[in-house]
Amino acid sequence: MSGQLVEPRAASAERVRRTGPRLLVSRVGTFCLVELQKLRHDRTELLTRAIQPILWLVIFGTTFSRIRAIPTGDVPYLDFLAPGVIAQSALFIAIFYGIQIIWERDAGVLTKLLVTPTPRSALVAGKAFAAGVRSVAQAAIVVVVAALMGVGMTWNPVRLLGVVVVVMLGAAFFSCLSLSIAGVALKRDRLMGIGQAITMPLFFASNALYPIELMPDWLKVVSHVNPLTYEVSALRGLLLGTPTSYWLDFGVLLGSAVAGIACAAALIGRLAR
Amino acid sequence: MTVVPALDIRGLAYSFGRHRAVDDLTLAVEPGECFGLLGPNGAGKTTTIRLLNTLLPLQDGAVEVFGHSVRTDAMHVRRLIGYVPQQLSIEGALTGRENVEWFARLFDVPRRERAARVDEVLDMVDLRPDQHRLASTYSGGMVRRLELAQALVNQPALLVLDEPTVGLDPVARDSVWQRVDQMQRDHGMTVVLTTHYMEEADALCDRVALMHHGALRALGAPDDLKAAAGEGATLEDVFRHHTGDTLESEQKGGLRSVRTARRTARRLG
Repeated sequence: MSGQLVEPRAASAERVRRTGPRLLVSRVGTFCLVELQKLRHDRTELLTRAIQPILWLVIFGTTFSRIRAIPTGDVPYLDFLAPGVIAQSALFIAIFYGIQIIWERDAGVLTKLLVTPTPRSALVAGKAFAAGVRSVAQAAIVVVVAALMGVGMTWNPVRLLGVVVVVMLGAAFFSCLSLSIAGVALKRDRLMGIGQAITMPLFFASNALYPIELMPDWLKVVSHVNPLTYEVSALRGLLLGTPTSYWLDFGVLLGSAVAGIACAAALIGRLAR
Repeated sequence: MTVVPALDIRGLAYSFGRHRAVDDLTLAVEPGECFGLLGPNGAGKTTTIRLLNTLLPLQDGAVEVFGHSVRTDAMHVRRLIGYVPQQLSIEGALTGRENVEWFARLFDVPRRERAARVDEVLDMVDLRPDQHRLASTYSGGMVRRLELAQALVNQPALLVLDEPTVGLDPVARDSVWQRVDQMQRDHGMTVVLTTHYMEEADALCDRVALMHHGALRALGAPDDLKAAAGEGATLEDVFRHHTGDTLESEQKGGLRSVRTARRTARRLG
């Protein structure tokens, strides 16, 4: 054993003291890396979680394409649906991500994370983008399945990078929503119930399955304040080339991610008490 | 020149609702000391530790770690502390090594030193041969040693151990204490620990503080406390003398520790 391990231990030793944005970036990177390591050790979860979106595409998508019940203009219904299903699978992962933090709280890991030099906002941002990493992995599977089913998507790398950013931001917001609820609900089963209760309304009150123009007026209002709508619009624009306002979509996604991180950071301390 | 204490607690008080968990606690720990915080369940030991490691917000009083206020300079304090909580807590979905690397990153251990540092602490706790196994396959004793490695990878100036051996079999317990003792002797690291095992506190600690109902009841070197309690007295006698009947208090903490143990079993099992 070397004698130097605990040697430079004068109280104010020259420790690396990252602050501000550098610390934030470093922590987000760390949590994303840990998420990738976890994914590597357990790939079955990626596959089991892929079943549901595949069912949406294969059963719902093909059936509704055939009966032509939903007018989607020049775009075939299956193509129209694919970005919606990508957004949905990312949404489901993110919404239940808050459960993981309650798990970590129960297991004592959260306690240890909170005493590292990691401000709560950085911890939450780290968790949020770690949810994004998992969502992107999931989205990749859905993209491949959709491509195999003949959905005409772009393979332009810049656009695909845009897809990654959109999925990350969307997952960041919804995981923070879930972390905030975790900070209020404090119990895993309660959070499960709330998660179940809000995912489907978020999904249905968006443009994932049908164009907004078909909705009754009250639902149009809801879908316009639902970040999932902007996520789907951006994904459709990037993957299919349908017209959308990227400024608005990215603006809403970025703004809601930042607001979500701030909100979750304020509530997360409640889990440590 | 006066030495800045490793830990300086002055007039510390904390209440959960109407329950006063810590009541006007004042004590100082010198650099290089191994300091034991003793007391029955519910005495306020864990609350004290959660206050000094910035987990709980300070209500009344002041706590300084190497001169840095927990209240105003929490980030700096966190950089100085290595903490092993009462509950066995590691990420079972990662390997042992990944668990340590994770904390090395969270403590900003420079990249070029990281691998060597992780090797070093894993060697120290004898987990190098098992470093690539998922931590969920580790035994309780191995988990504790892994947690020690996580806490040490930052080369903490103050190592805080909250009941590090509770729930471990005697062999695992010995191996944890052996390492704490060695670390402390070899590197002069300051250690603050809580334990229920009086003979261990006696053997390991330079000084101990006895807490009961949130307040400090006795403070001193184990030998001095024993001498003051009468000839042939053990630390356990001192403990009994200051805390009276411990049965009632044991019941108090009983349910919570059972719950913790169950949670741990569920998580790791």
